[in-house]
Order: sequence, then C-alpha cells, then structure tokens
Amino acid sequence: MSSRVVHCSVGPDVILPSDVLARVGADEDGAALLFVGVVRNHADGRPVSGMRYDAYVDMARKELAVIADEAAERLGTKRVAVEHRTGELSIGDVSVAIAVSSPHRAESFDAARYVIEEIKKRLPVWKREHYEDGSGGWVEGTIPPGTGRGALVQPDAERGP
Amino acid sequence: MTLSVNTLFFASYRDLVGVSELVVDLSDGSTVGDLVATLRARGAPWDALPEEPAVAVNQTYAFLDEPLDSGDEVAFIPPVAGG
Repeated sequence: MSSRVVHCSVGPDVILPSDVLARVGADEDGAALLFVGVVRNHADGRPVSGMRYDAYVDMARKELAVIADEAAERLGTKRVAVEHRTGELSIGDVSVAIAVSSPHRAESFDAARYVIEEIKKRLPVWKREHYEDGSGGWVEGTIPPGTGRGALVQPDAERGP
Repeated sequence: MTLSVNTLFFASYRDLVGVSELVVDLSDGSTVGDLVATLRARGAPWDALPEEPAVAVNQTYAFLDEPLDSGDEVAFIPPVAGG
C-alpha cells in the first residue's frame, strides 16, 4: 500500500474526489479523510455564477509539495494526496481535494486542516468571481506570511467588494 | 554593467500593468527592492504597484533585500486566494 506522499497536482484537469481519496490509506490506517473545496453560488451576499482560478503553476506545484510534506510530518504517515484545479469553474465544481490517512483520526484531521489553511495562506493561486449581473472581481486574498504588503497603492476600480 | 531579470505579473497585478511578463535591465548589485522601485518609477499605472509587494525569486518567496542575478525569474505575487 501507499507509503510516501503519493500525489500533488495543480492544473486544469477535473478533480474526482473519490480518486484522490483512493490514493491514500494503508492496512495500518484506521482513519482516512477527504476534504473537498467547492465553488459556491454566493460571496458576501452577492450571487456568483462561476469562478476562474489563475495560478503561477510552476511555483504552485512546488509550494503544494512543500505543504504536503509539512502535513506528512503532522500526520505521522506520508499518505497525503492533494489536487488544486485551475481555469474556469462552474457552481458545484471541485476546486481542491485533500485526502490523508493515518493510524488514528486526530492526526488526519489536523493534517487535512493544515493543508487547506496553508493553501489559503501561501499557494500562488488567485480567483476571479463572475457575478450574476455580468461583472467580475478578484477575490480579496491573503498576503503570504513573511512577505510584503500586497495591496495596490491605488485601489483597482474593477475590484469586487 | 547591467543584469537582466524576467518579471512576471499575475491576477490583479497583471490587470493593472497590462502585461504578464517583462524583461527588466538593472544595474549590477540590484535587489528585489531596486526592481520594485524601478518599475514604480515608470509612472502610471506602474506606480500603483505596492511599495512592498510579495515577491518570489525563481519560484521561492523572497524579501526585498534579496540580491538579483541575471536571468532570475521574479514574480510579483498579489494576495493569494487558493482553495
């Protein structure tokens, strides 16, 4: 069975969560967890019709592998599988799937949570919401820890709320 | 002597400056901070880039005092929003 960090990907392919989950697990594992991030139809009370994910793909692949390695240390196993999608997504589409497994549940919960929180803090990925009224805007993001102050000096007029 | 770096812009920064990639010549010994200052000195719309943006050099997050070498890939990283 799996014995190392099995899988990390960033790209336009459709994510099949059951396939991601199937990549982890071992006879010694009593816990397997799957987290799925899904495009929802609203943001700050505004109807959303879809989302575009842009990425600095080469760096995002490396950074995601680093995050998975850090999670593996928390997990006590190296059974971590993560996929992050890019491109145009519709409501209900899966944008990210994270699967982990470990002998006991605590480590799996901790590691899966760690991966999604670190993705949000530091993976070089951006998303642009398409609103029902035909307008759009970049989702206000998070400045990666230990880096600069990223807000534009003059607010971008097109930027969403 | 000059050095030449390839700068990359993503998402809201790319929308702002209108390009996704730009080769910039700098004097030897320049840092990431010098690159940011050089670009902002071009005037609008470049002066709307943050004075202290998050930046990655050769796909690793870097500080503004990091020295640059010719051929480096320097990406301006807007606040991230993955997940």
